[in-house]
Amino acid sequence: MRFLLLLAARSAWNRRLTLGMTLIAVALSVTLLLAVERVRLEARNSFAQSVSGTDLVVGARSSPVQLMLYAVFRIGEATNNIGWQSYRAIAGNPAVAWSIPLSLGDSHHGFPVLGTTAAYFEHFRYADSQALTLAAGKPFAELFDAVLGAEVAQRLGYRLGDSIVLNHGMGDVSLAEHADKPFKVVGILARTGTPVDRTVHVSLEAMEAIHLDWAGGAPLPGLSIPAEYVRKFDLTPKEITAVLVGLKSRAAVFKVQRQINNDTTEPLLAVLPGVALDQLWQVVGFAERTLLAVSAMVVAVGLAGLVAVVLASLGERRRELAILRSVGARPGEVFLLLSAEGLFITVLGALLGVALLALLTALLAPLAQAHFGLAFRARWVSADELRLLGAVVAVGLIASLAPGYRAYRLSLADGLTPRL
Amino acid sequence: MTEAVIEIEKLRFRWSAGDDFCLDIPSFAARAGERVFLYGPSGSGKSTLLGLLGGVLVPECGRLRLLGTELPRLQPSVRDRFRADHVGFLFQQFNLIPYLSVIDNVLLSCRFSGRRRARATAAGASLHAEARRLLKHLDLEESLHRREVTRLSVGQQQRVAAARALIGRPEIVIADEPTSALDAERQGAFLDLLARECAAAGSTLLFVSHDRRLAAGFDRELSLASISRTDVGQQAA
Repeated sequence: MRFLLLLAARSAWNRRLTLGMTLIAVALSVTLLLAVERVRLEARNSFAQSVSGTDLVVGARSSPVQLMLYAVFRIGEATNNIGWQSYRAIAGNPAVAWSIPLSLGDSHHGFPVLGTTAAYFEHFRYADSQALTLAAGKPFAELFDAVLGAEVAQRLGYRLGDSIVLNHGMGDVSLAEHADKPFKVVGILARTGTPVDRTVHVSLEAMEAIHLDWAGGAPLPGLSIPAEYVRKFDLTPKEITAVLVGLKSRAAVFKVQRQINNDTTEPLLAVLPGVALDQLWQVVGFAERTLLAVSAMVVAVGLAGLVAVVLASLGERRRELAILRSVGARPGEVFLLLSAEGLFITVLGALLGVALLALLTALLAPLAQAHFGLAFRARWVSADELRLLGAVVAVGLIASLAPGYRAYRLSLADGLTPRL
Repeated sequence: MTEAVIEIEKLRFRWSAGDDFCLDIPSFAARAGERVFLYGPSGSGKSTLLGLLGGVLVPECGRLRLLGTELPRLQPSVRDRFRADHVGFLFQQFNLIPYLSVIDNVLLSCRFSGRRRARATAAGASLHAEARRLLKHLDLEESLHRREVTRLSVGQQQRVAAARALIGRPEIVIADEPTSALDAERQGAFLDLLARECAAAGSTLLFVSHDRRLAAGFDRELSLASISRTDVGQQAA
């Protein structure tokens, strides 16, 4: 038995070029399969970590998923805003413990700008009920103060005291700048691994101030209000994008949700973050399963290639099998010899795939963090991934039985004299 | 006096029920230590006879005894073990496994047979030492032992194969045209070496060939046609 495995290994090494190519194919397909699974898991994780302790998210009436996407994950834009009066009403609801108004729509070098209040730094929670902490500086106090997320500061190389200019609208190449009213960086938040890292935080009043002399998405011609004078205006916002609400008692959540949804003064939507996330997973679940199915098929193609290569080698190995038979190898041992080869390559491919994934994770984690806000940690293979690997090896084993069986038949038919 | 090592009586074989018999041997025997030359042109059922003696084929009827053991009565896997323990095979060409070293090719016979392993080391030497000793006896110097087998000449390859057939002193050595790829000069030298080592190991040598000129040094010369009643002309290979 041990000798047979050694023989299989020596034989495989002798054909290392062709088997090596097959090994690479299997390894790459395993890497793809695991990568798809890992991206899926990290995306879910990162979404689930983005908000914690918030009982309701309130915005203009649209779909719950859309509201979550723009209010919490800063993906897409709000179709509609909600009036300041509605916010006052929600904040004043006796069941509400705290509320964080959110005003979105501007950007800075592609990073979203969020207008909010001091309540944000006090009440916002992420991951496992963790509060935001400042890595440097302090929350905004003056009108044109800005607090940067960790990723914004790192990527754009900002430090405390730097001056930044906001762009109107979203997107990297913005047409209009709020160049007349620059902001001063007063605080930089510690890294959270959530969309907060990619956000520029300013006060609601500042959002109002930079848009005083704007209308319909462009500066009003002939009207320019210098930064020194804006304080003379009423900077109470007229509209905001969404509200995060914390209740005094979780038990009241459905009652408050109903009250907000039934508000007759303005069409509002209040959603439970967990419920909305579940809906989101239902939407993307189909895409996830499709991706997983495609990568599973890639693995199947890899293994089919492996079987083809091992089968093709049988033709030139008939002489070798006859020699082994002549010195006493049983047909069953010939079967084992050939099956071991396929299994050997599959297991090696799976291991190589895991190693390749670890390498890719290490290399691409910063990119994924920067572009998608996905935090990939270097970690050992999870139980789910082990199950996937197990499935790959099991399929590889079953597939390897084919050349094993073919060799078994050949060696029975050939006996000691192969018909070449 | 000396017991029969190979005994065949009324043996018949055909590939399937509808076919003609391709072997029909009323009687054949070889004694211990005997060197038998069996003349058989291609198509005479030579390969079939080798398959029967090796235990990979089973006759339809008749007796086939090796060392007193009725081979067809054994389980297939027991026949495989019996072959490993008692019979050394030597083929025409390409006798070696290309990815094993010279020594490992020789030791291949010992991998599937504890008996051959035990007999090879009976004199007290290690398996490797015994393999090297045999190779040296077959005129293969130490410097060649480490060479890749595919880089040996055909004659050298056949001598390595002979060492594999002889190691562990099997009672029977069956050679199937082992000299056909050698030139006439080397054929004789190879035969001498083979005969000498078979004698040293006490093995019965059954040498099958289509070339009658090689029969000179053997104890007995037979023709497959003379021991088998089938009409040679009708057989396929």
